[in-house]
Amino acid sequence: MSTPETPKASEERAARTSVFTGEALARLEVDAKDIISRYPKERSALLPLLHLVQSEEGYVSVDGIAFCADQLGITTAEVTAVATFYTMYKRRPVGDYHVGVCTNTLCAVMGGDEIFSSLKEHLGVGNDETTEDGKVTLEHLECNAACDFAPVVMVNWEFFDDQTPESARRLVDDLRLGNDVTPTRGANSVCTWKQASRVLAGIDDGRATEGVQASGPSLAGLELARQRGWQAPDPADLPAAAPATEDGAK
Amino acid sequence: MTTLTPILSKNWDRPDSFTLAAYREDGGYQALRTALGMEPDAIVDLVKASGLRGRGGAGFPTGMKWGFLPKDNPNPRYLVVNADESEPGTCKDMPLLLANPHALVEGIAIASYAIKSRNAFVYVRGEVLHVIRRLRHAVAEAYEAGLLGTDILGSGFDLDVVVHSGAGAYICGEETALLDSLEGYRGQPRLKPPFPAVAGLYASPTVVNNVESIASVPSIVANGADWFTSMGTEKSAGFGFFSLSGHVTRPGQYEAPLGVTLRELLDMAGGVRNGHRLKFWTPGGSSTPIFTDAHLDTPLDFESVGAAGSMLGTRALQIFDETTSVVRAVRGWIEFYAHESCGKCTPCREGNFWMAQVLRRIEAGKGTEEDVAKLLDICDNLLGRSFCALGDGATSPVTSAIKYFREEFIAGTHTPAWELFPYQRTTRWSSESVEEDA
Repeated sequence: MSTPETPKASEERAARTSVFTGEALARLEVDAKDIISRYPKERSALLPLLHLVQSEEGYVSVDGIAFCADQLGITTAEVTAVATFYTMYKRRPVGDYHVGVCTNTLCAVMGGDEIFSSLKEHLGVGNDETTEDGKVTLEHLECNAACDFAPVVMVNWEFFDDQTPESARRLVDDLRLGNDVTPTRGANSVCTWKQASRVLAGIDDGRATEGVQASGPSLAGLELARQRGWQAPDPADLPAAAPATEDGAK
Repeated sequence: MTTLTPILSKNWDRPDSFTLAAYREDGGYQALRTALGMEPDAIVDLVKASGLRGRGGAGFPTGMKWGFLPKDNPNPRYLVVNADESEPGTCKDMPLLLANPHALVEGIAIASYAIKSRNAFVYVRGEVLHVIRRLRHAVAEAYEAGLLGTDILGSGFDLDVVVHSGAGAYICGEETALLDSLEGYRGQPRLKPPFPAVAGLYASPTVVNNVESIASVPSIVANGADWFTSMGTEKSAGFGFFSLSGHVTRPGQYEAPLGVTLRELLDMAGGVRNGHRLKFWTPGGSSTPIFTDAHLDTPLDFESVGAAGSMLGTRALQIFDETTSVVRAVRGWIEFYAHESCGKCTPCREGNFWMAQVLRRIEAGKGTEEDVAKLLDICDNLLGRSFCALGDGATSPVTSAIKYFREEFIAGTHTPAWELFPYQRTTRWSSESVEEDA
């Protein structure tokens, strides 16, 4: 099932020693087997397996691709086609902390654009680049489903809501100094990029019960309803065969 | 006056709301017990009678979707929950899964029983680590309590649920692209028909439903179809999350009957920030044509929003006040579509690429006289000419913004948007929104 590699890929491969050998290979094969067993068809495990190899090296290397191909009995070309389609799989090493700034319209307008340019300047890196100490990779993101908390920054895919340029600079400084930082809605501290990738591969890290259940905007409607005594209709006391409310009660 | 109806969010202020114990204390999993005592088809009929329509944007009747599964197909049936929430502005399913994942798990069990599926999948976008942890935890708790797995609650019904993380592709929110992705391929839409009901996951009969749709099912089983239809309008029954974001005093999740108006919701949310005026808004994410202050009283139900020229979509109400450049907003959205186009269909792949360039120069005050016509021409060549709704959706912000704010696009032939609408005025920390930080 081997496919011809491009000269460049084969050079790259030859120039480095695969981490997918010996003890690491044995360990990852156990994980892979567990993941594959969850699906009715093996190939469905490809996305999780790509997260798994990313958890080992911090990115998806040609060796990682070969590992996935071997586990599923498909070609490296088939795996590469998938790995290059999805933005969460990185083709170059990522720092310990991936810092994503939402710059989709809503967040951008609320200040995401300013946060992103401030971080670029502060860290001295461009989009999708890593600081020299290997700690922080900066990237602008599309909508991360937290618009009511805009502007939003993600660190290793944990929410840091309601950011400002100052808070975001402080955040990346702490990350580079090795200080613990706490997501606004997430675990009690941020794990590393590799650890996060492992969770995405489908391997639990036992941290699900950490952190808040909901906060701020998530509770805005509920709190107002409580104040005003509003609730859903009582199923035992419905208005007699109501012809539904007239189109959009005023 | 419409009032809020917290149902899926009613336990969110309990610190342990995401645990099985807390969910059960509030009556959780009683609906599953009820459902398992019913004939599967009776549940399908109940959901049909409730009038529940898909909460992921398209609004297709959920019960009808379930009823489409062919009776004579020997292949296994699958339930796939779409938790890929990525439509710009949409932010309801993620807080729901963070605070109340068992509502979804119970809904999955009931829906799977109803459609006779023994394997369910939840496809969650990958960029939400803690949401994935919470959901996996809820599934594990449910297995341990005999609410998933074999012989659920002694009924003889078996169900396995797999939580599957995506890897960053908006397109995978489209149901057939999601299925390709779940099968381990690039997430690209399939030509329909065949629809997933006939040939979905692994070419087997499959139901794909949004998180909020499935999470609403236990409340319907518990309280009845009449209860559900006592909320909302005749053709848009029930309740849903209305997610307010942007230039609003108290952004957040407001669970209300369909048919509520933006005027009512803004009133609940403290109005547009700090005395500013509403300029434009999206009723259901960036793929739904924008509205203006002329639509404050449009009932937010599928029919009324459609009749007014937009779509209810995901009820993602992104609010922009008069400090915001509509050109900047649309440029941002089109860059998004250009980035997220899967590349399968030429009109979408190329159209968005070129529209982004045109919009960038208009934003920079370097547009040409022909640019507005060019944008409309590209939209004309895009709409209805791609496999999936992403292509169509990309035209919505462009055509609607030109319809309501053409003069701003014309101004882009000589003046940069950031001079007409200084960008520092729009931010959360600008002096314009000073009250917000109180």
